[in-house]
Amino acid sequence: MRILCPFCGERASSEFAYLGDASAARADPQGTEAMARFLEAVYFRENPAGVHTELWYHESGCRSWLRVKRDTCSHQIFDVAYAKEALRT
Amino acid sequence: MTDLGRGHRQPYRVLGEGLIDRHRALSFRFDGKTLTGFAGDTLASALLASGIHVVGRSFKYHRPRGIVTAGSDEPNALVELRTGARREPNTRATVIELFEGLDASSQNRWPSLQFDVGAINSLLSPLFVAGFYYKTFMWPASFWEKFYEPLIRRAAGLGRASLEADPDHYEKETAFCDVLVVGGGPAGLAAALNSARSGARVILCDEDFQFGGRLNAEHLHIGGLTAAQWARRVESELAQMSEVTLLPRTTLFGAYDGNTFGAVERVADHLLTPALHQPRQRLWRIIAKRTILAAGSIERPIVFGGNDLPGVMLASAARTYLNRFCVALGRRVAVFTTTDEGWKTAVDLHSAGVAVEVVVDSRAEIKPALLSAAQRLGLRVMAGAQVIEARGARRVHGIMVRDNRGRLIRFQVDSVAMAGGWNPNMALSTHLGARPRWSERISAYVPAETLSNMAVVGAANGSLALGEALREGFLAGRTAVETLGFSAAAEETVSAEEDSVEAAPLWYAHRCRRKAFVDFQHDVTRADIEIAAREGFRSLELLKRYTTLGMGTDQGKTSNSNGAALVSALTEREIPALGTTMFRPPYTPIAMGTLAGHHRGRDFKPTRLTPAYHWAHEQGAAFVESGQWLRARWFAQPGSKIGWQPSLARSKQSDQAWEFAMSQRWERSSYRDPMLPYS
Repeated sequence: MRILCPFCGERASSEFAYLGDASAARADPQGTEAMARFLEAVYFRENPAGVHTELWYHESGCRSWLRVKRDTCSHQIFDVAYAKEALRT
Repeated sequence: MTDLGRGHRQPYRVLGEGLIDRHRALSFRFDGKTLTGFAGDTLASALLASGIHVVGRSFKYHRPRGIVTAGSDEPNALVELRTGARREPNTRATVIELFEGLDASSQNRWPSLQFDVGAINSLLSPLFVAGFYYKTFMWPASFWEKFYEPLIRRAAGLGRASLEADPDHYEKETAFCDVLVVGGGPAGLAAALNSARSGARVILCDEDFQFGGRLNAEHLHIGGLTAAQWARRVESELAQMSEVTLLPRTTLFGAYDGNTFGAVERVADHLLTPALHQPRQRLWRIIAKRTILAAGSIERPIVFGGNDLPGVMLASAARTYLNRFCVALGRRVAVFTTTDEGWKTAVDLHSAGVAVEVVVDSRAEIKPALLSAAQRLGLRVMAGAQVIEARGARRVHGIMVRDNRGRLIRFQVDSVAMAGGWNPNMALSTHLGARPRWSERISAYVPAETLSNMAVVGAANGSLALGEALREGFLAGRTAVETLGFSAAAEETVSAEEDSVEAAPLWYAHRCRRKAFVDFQHDVTRADIEIAAREGFRSLELLKRYTTLGMGTDQGKTSNSNGAALVSALTEREIPALGTTMFRPPYTPIAMGTLAGHHRGRDFKPTRLTPAYHWAHEQGAAFVESGQWLRARWFAQPGSKIGWQPSLARSKQSDQAWEFAMSQRWERSSYRDPMLPYS
């Protein structure tokens, strides 16, 4: 599998570290039902066979956090962006 | 036939150019016997030239087996290569390049190849039917682990691995290219040439040591040159281009996601021992923007009685041995064909002076051109007939033919060339999950139509005729570089023969009494498949596992399609309705050492040193491994010889008391890992 890093270009997946689902949002600890929401965010995650948005860290490269949209069956990658940019939008 | 082996006792060597160097004789050993071949030979061609036709014993029945193919699809001719620490089991004699001092021995026989005690299994064959392990070793359950399994393990298996550490080393390399061309036959060479001329970065690999594929093995002409000359010309043009990497002796074994491919280059396998610092093999990881698969096709054997006897060979292999290596497969040959290509073998053999006793074609109607050619040469032709069995003990002595009116006729021959049609070799196109489709035209599976970044050309795409393969190759080369933004060079048009390749499949000869083998390597007969089908194993995947069809080291390259056809006939379903068994990497077996590379022994993990390491080393510390780290375990005192006990004991001034104390302590803590630092 090869990931097109926006900073470094296309690199082998062995340069990256995987951190799982990018859509799981951290709950507000002050908010209502904080405990239930944390539980939701930490433990109840999707594990789809198909398109998945996930976080990758370019550990052996530019060290940026990336948000990668990938098919978990075919390993086809549809979209790569910096994680912080994806957060802003 | 005169001795054309230049006095080296090669009775089956014939006149001709070929691609061997008759001035460089190489001596080698097979089962302790010293023999001679020529530079350019494979082990298989040198054995055949020397008249050695039995090269191994089969897996289950220990039947004598010979050489069936001339390539990496070989199911039978597995030998142990080299001795001592370099001993390598299950290498295919058909792909081993001959070198001076090669030492090979046959496998799976005791006490000798000519007389094998295990052959009694053939008489006990009613016991060894499909699903034999599942049926026979059922009870008592407690016997399985203690008795049955060790027994089976001893009796089964093919070669023996060396138990010594491998003295050679292996390398890894990563390469990037615009176009990767897999296979250096006509289509592959054409594709590589057209893409390289545009200036694109091209890698061309072929598992053979000589580029050209079937061009080396057939009497064909391309643009006024012989096919082999054309291959040499293209190869030398490619070799001069700076952006082209030619990788002969390299097998592309797998396609992986991200346009990544794995390949093994046999750097020093054709040498007695690698040179200093030369790796034995190199594992390539190739990242290619476009891939052109031109891996050719594999000829199908025909399932008839005794089709495993030494002397029965694929017709294309017979042509390869004859035209490339100048070796005749026998003295009196029968050709059993279902295709037009089988006739080429008959014509080639006849013009080399080999007696072709009969050409048996299962098709009732044969092209007049073929018939008149055969008539000119005076060949006996039987149309609409079938070879139903080959007879003999350690070699074919005769065949039984049933003609179109049902009469049985016996022929005295010592070999049979069989041509059962072609299976495109499209394994790499399915590694990423693309399903092949059935082609009625050639009665075989061909690659799926849509593949990402991969074009399949030539015989691998079912285009078996030479001119068609070349055109497809040139076109694919041009298309690949144009999509990458290069401007393709001026089109080269070459005139080449459109050799006729028509075929009508005959999946098995009818009403034969003797064992008719479908999978030579795992001794799966037609009867085994019938039993399995009768017992309800209708799914190919289940039947494969129950009968072990196609589960040998050759992964059913020559057997899967015949097996599927038999199941189709037995269960009265069309072959495409059975579904396909998918190919997985690796295409051919790979040594573990190649995958490990330099990462073995002490180099498996990095050794990490603490900041105090150098200081401790100067103080004479003995170190202990703790994970990846090296830690000082004790410091030897000046004057003490070895070990930590004398060092510590000296400081205690009482050796005896100390040793006693320590021995007590060791005893109490003997469950500890002795490699851990003592605390």
